[in-house]
Amino acid sequence: MDAFSAVLQGLPMTIVLTLSAFAIGIVGAVPLAVGLSSPNVVLRLACRLFVDLVRGVPIIVWLFLLKFGIQVGTFKFNPVGAAIVGLGVVSIAYLAEIYRGGLESVPRGQNEAADALGLARGTTFLRVLVPQAFRIVSPSIATYLTGLLKDSSIASTIIVAEMVFQSQAFARQHPTMEGILPYVLVGILYIVLSLPVAYLSRSLDARMRKAVYA
Amino acid sequence: MNWLIEWAGYLPQLMSGLGVSLMIAGVSIVAGYPLGLVLSVMVQHRNLAVRTLGLAVVEIGRGAPALVILYLFYYGLPKFGIAFESITAACLALIWNSAAYSSEIMRAGMQSVARGQHEASAALGLSRGHTFFRVIMPQGMRSAIPGLMGVAIQMFQGTSLAYAIAVPELMKSAYNIGSQDFNYLQIFALAGICYAAISMPATWITVYFEKRLARHA
Repeated sequence: MDAFSAVLQGLPMTIVLTLSAFAIGIVGAVPLAVGLSSPNVVLRLACRLFVDLVRGVPIIVWLFLLKFGIQVGTFKFNPVGAAIVGLGVVSIAYLAEIYRGGLESVPRGQNEAADALGLARGTTFLRVLVPQAFRIVSPSIATYLTGLLKDSSIASTIIVAEMVFQSQAFARQHPTMEGILPYVLVGILYIVLSLPVAYLSRSLDARMRKAVYA
Repeated sequence: MNWLIEWAGYLPQLMSGLGVSLMIAGVSIVAGYPLGLVLSVMVQHRNLAVRTLGLAVVEIGRGAPALVILYLFYYGLPKFGIAFESITAACLALIWNSAAYSSEIMRAGMQSVARGQHEASAALGLSRGHTFFRVIMPQGMRSAIPGLMGVAIQMFQGTSLAYAIAVPELMKSAYNIGSQDFNYLQIFALAGICYAAISMPATWITVYFEKRLARHA
């Protein structure tokens, strides 16, 4: 039980990291996704390069780069700041790719129909393309959120006191057999935490299907 | 220019780290994918006990962060007298990870094989083993290829977590160099470039295969 309460001490930080990075990603990915599907070649390639570069480098490298590498004047990232910004930027890249896939899967005729109806480009995008794309990508976004939850564990390597960090601390203080407990518990906890996300995603998906086909 | 000269000096040490990273990734793929195939069959098995065991292994491997599994092997099991060298623990953890992820992709691939293929095999009087190995698996694996390539890239990136248990892979080499002269920005940027130099082309090749397979579908 001691082990469990030790792990739980890190739970708020895990949730803060995950949700902050997710919030950054959800918003920041929008302009990037638009850039990824832009007709302008230079803009599109620049966005593509950014997304592939961010995704091509492991998260732990981004976190160390931000935590130890960045120093502007007297400014340095604290561990939590570095973790949120690092995980946030990575989320932007992954979510932009998900958004782009969604936008591309909206049938071309929708765009043409909106054009024929004389809708402005902004209206077409916001009122026609985005709602349909969102329906398509919402399961992928939920999957990414559970991935992000697990990736937040990497913040323990730059000394952010989230769940894995607390597990480590407990294990170090208990060299006996009890010391394996926090690792088992934290593993189970991650699986349990991703269940409500999967459930929400499924019910959201079902509700939107009903809204479309009812 | 200064940066480039210093980077050139760092490279030999980083390259030996990269070698270790690639080795771990290779082991986790070569051992993980066959295990993943076994798991994907277990998950679809008629026997409830086999199915449950398969599901448990897959869900833990996918649901728990790789870092947690890594710590479980390296810090947890020794408390029961089962101790591994850090590099062995890293390989075992990533094998579990790659087996779990690849099994889901292979299962999806095999389930995407048209129902008629099963029926045709049955009509031809093929045994269950024959049906699986000669009819379903070859077709299912084909559509699983891009997904499996994606997992391979994910495994290569995952080797960076072995830093946390002091495996002398790329990230650890970078950290060691950085803590000598505190050029963290340069050294981690270079380490990032090393990872990207492998992951990015690999991703492009994967996308190419994805498109090719989609065209023939």
